[in-house]
Amino acid sequence: MVTFQFVPYTDIEVMSSAKRINKLLKIVKEEKIVLMEGRLKKHEEADLIEITMEEISPKFKGIELSVVYPDKKKQDLGQKMRGAFANVLLGDRQGMTIIGPASVVKRIEQNPDKIELFTKDSKSKPVGPKRRYRKRK
Amino acid sequence: MVKKFLKNLFSKLKFNPFARKSHVKLGLYGPPNGGKSTLANRVCLDWLGEEMSSVSHIAHETREIKIKEQVNIKNKKGKELTFSLVDTPGIATKIDYEDFLKRGMKKKEAKARAKEATKGVIDSIKWLDEMECVVVVLDATKDPYSQVNITIIGNLQARNIPVLIAANKIDLKRANMDVIKAAFPQYEIVGVSAKYGKNLEEFYEQLFKVAK
Repeated sequence: MVTFQFVPYTDIEVMSSAKRINKLLKIVKEEKIVLMEGRLKKHEEADLIEITMEEISPKFKGIELSVVYPDKKKQDLGQKMRGAFANVLLGDRQGMTIIGPASVVKRIEQNPDKIELFTKDSKSKPVGPKRRYRKRK
Repeated sequence: MVKKFLKNLFSKLKFNPFARKSHVKLGLYGPPNGGKSTLANRVCLDWLGEEMSSVSHIAHETREIKIKEQVNIKNKKGKELTFSLVDTPGIATKIDYEDFLKRGMKKKEAKARAKEATKGVIDSIKWLDEMECVVVVLDATKDPYSQVNITIIGNLQARNIPVLIAANKIDLKRANMDVIKAAFPQYEIVGVSAKYGKNLEEFYEQLFKVAK
């Protein structure tokens, strides 16, 4: 089973960069896939990779990261202006950021139109004790 | 400190009196196994007659920053460009020592390599601020839309660092320049084969344009 956790932009907009990254990494370390509204700043994406590297251990092997963002080339002038205006007023809420633990997400393939998320094969065994039935004589 | 502040200020204004354009710090950046060290070796062989880095099919062969000072190249018009060539460890978002075990390494060796590789990624990111020009080396046989590539290029753009994209491994049939051009249409892209020295003349010409 794969668990997704939605992080609305309002949850992180007042946080410092360090707190944002720590919050996202905390969720990922719980083996959940983060679906964050909006995107991190460019330097925050680099910081996220840096902090991820600092925290790599035998249990935590890193992250898979992908950002979906509206293709500005396909927007007309009005849409671009509205988007820029909304960014100034409300922060960079456009698009969506997906962050998954490398132990769960094998890879994320991204092109402008679609995102494919490949998960690792589940190695977990069925829950519950094994029952053996003996034939009654 | 004051000099650094002024340098940052002028770089934001796209005017930098401290910059010595004839001698730049040129970084090779990109994901692991894209061919950064192979390209660094090719450049050094072409202009200095010696290699600078070891290469391997196993990812994260380069785990620390390597610098070759005073690399002097000339173009067809006789212009010269001198740079310090900085070969950086590949930037990745995950490192699993078990991947190295699968490539035949012993457990102790694999764990040590993974630990060094994580430090290498951190160093690469920290060194971004030191660069004056960057060649992003991508494997032309792989999907260019990975977030690592986008993050590297986005961070260089945010720092106003000139970028040349080298699409490496064009000698392989699976190489697809069109996909890379479509992914990064705003950048100069040159296809090369660092291993076989293919299209290096074009690479050097583009380097002059980007680094000037």
